[in-house]
Amino acid sequence: PSRPPAGATSVLAGLYGPAEVKGSRELPDRAALEVLLRPKVGLPGVMERSREQLLRGTCEAVVLGGLHPRSAITLVLQVLSDGGSLLSCCLNAACLALLDSGVPLSALFCGVTCALGADGTVILDPTTRQEQDARAILTFAIDSAERKVLAASSKGSCSVEEMQQCLAAAQRAADTIFGFYRDCVRRKYSKS
Amino acid sequence: CACAAMAAAAECVGQVVLPGDVLLLPAHPDEDAERLRLSSGAAPRARLLCGPGLRRCEAGLLVTKCGLLRHRQAGGGAAAAGGAYWVDSQQKRYVPVKGDHVIGIVTAKAGDLFKLDVGGSEQASLSYLAFEGATKRNRPNVQVVGDLIYGQFLVANKDMEPEMVCIDSSGRSSGMGIIGQDGFLFKVSLGLIRKLLAPKCAIIQELSELYPFELVLGMNGRIWVKAKTVQQTLIIVNILEACEYMTAEQRKQALAKLSGN
Repeated sequence: PSRPPAGATSVLAGLYGPAEVKGSRELPDRAALEVLLRPKVGLPGVMERSREQLLRGTCEAVVLGGLHPRSAITLVLQVLSDGGSLLSCCLNAACLALLDSGVPLSALFCGVTCALGADGTVILDPTTRQEQDARAILTFAIDSAERKVLAASSKGSCSVEEMQQCLAAAQRAADTIFGFYRDCVRRKYSKS
Repeated sequence: CACAAMAAAAECVGQVVLPGDVLLLPAHPDEDAERLRLSSGAAPRARLLCGPGLRRCEAGLLVTKCGLLRHRQAGGGAAAAGGAYWVDSQQKRYVPVKGDHVIGIVTAKAGDLFKLDVGGSEQASLSYLAFEGATKRNRPNVQVVGDLIYGQFLVANKDMEPEMVCIDSSGRSSGMGIIGQDGFLFKVSLGLIRKLLAPKCAIIQELSELYPFELVLGMNGRIWVKAKTVQQTLIIVNILEACEYMTAEQRKQALAKLSGN
């Protein structure tokens, strides 16, 4: 399990697999990927389910499932604290868990949240307070190979130009996050 | 050409690589990578072996697991193959590979087959005839639930159920078969197993100076230990488990403390 620091938001991620799969969920040509997101309090609701689907789509885009047919890969995310930018924190935790576990990947991904203020200013990785004051909140999952968008989620209203602006800012910020991944892995392998 | 061709990927050897990194191999004059050169002329083409953690793509090699990039130059003269690249990664989950020696736990008997749990995504099958000296009349004495078997994979690929055997290609058991009574089975990461299996491993040598013990290492991360008393067995188990996180000095200190008292 891996836990990235992102201000006051933290998510614990655990990845299990490739493991045995129950009969009905078995896919003949690739691994069956499942994501479970558990909120800090209460039972998982509709918001968790929709986030699970977004995470699942992002992970399926990078995992080389064809190397492990008829097996199951399960990713479990537990929200420990939420101080804003929760979805991008979940995306980063998911990628680090995939990286740590040794599942074959074709690329890495990261999550960046942008908050669009009333006057058009873009704030990256907003806190809960900044998210509440914002006109729109956009979360992008960016891949490491060509900085393409793997997933996008938006809340609120913004124009197309503003969305492009946020996307450009997110792609630039993605470089910092990928640099952080590389440092994490370097530290892990420097101990041996 | 054969030796200089590895320079681009060779820069990353010994460094950490992440999935999505592409290791460039310089383009060869002959674009078709599969055809063998029949005529003499320029330096012979280097045949590159793509090991675990790497896959071929158009530009070169695509890294699929994070870890340290390793390279081994194949033996021979100028006409040798270009060597092998692979990624040394640490993981706990085992994926069956043909030829690997593993420790399996018997879970069921289905007709003439035993079903073994090897820690992968599927259970492996083992025929009762795949033991040394086994015939239809002389069956091996395997208790169904919980027996430990040390064997190697005959068939292990992503599309088929893995099959194990306890004899090698000449029909001899060469150390494989049912693991005896008592002893202790525990699981470690695959990286530690590879370290312990390296020739002249310092950990094993230091431990053997402490107490005499029997040790079976399975490539699936499972280790079976048996020493004279239960206490000695547990001490060895604790040291092996802690070896993953201890440096060499810490290990020497721990062993010195144990052999002192």
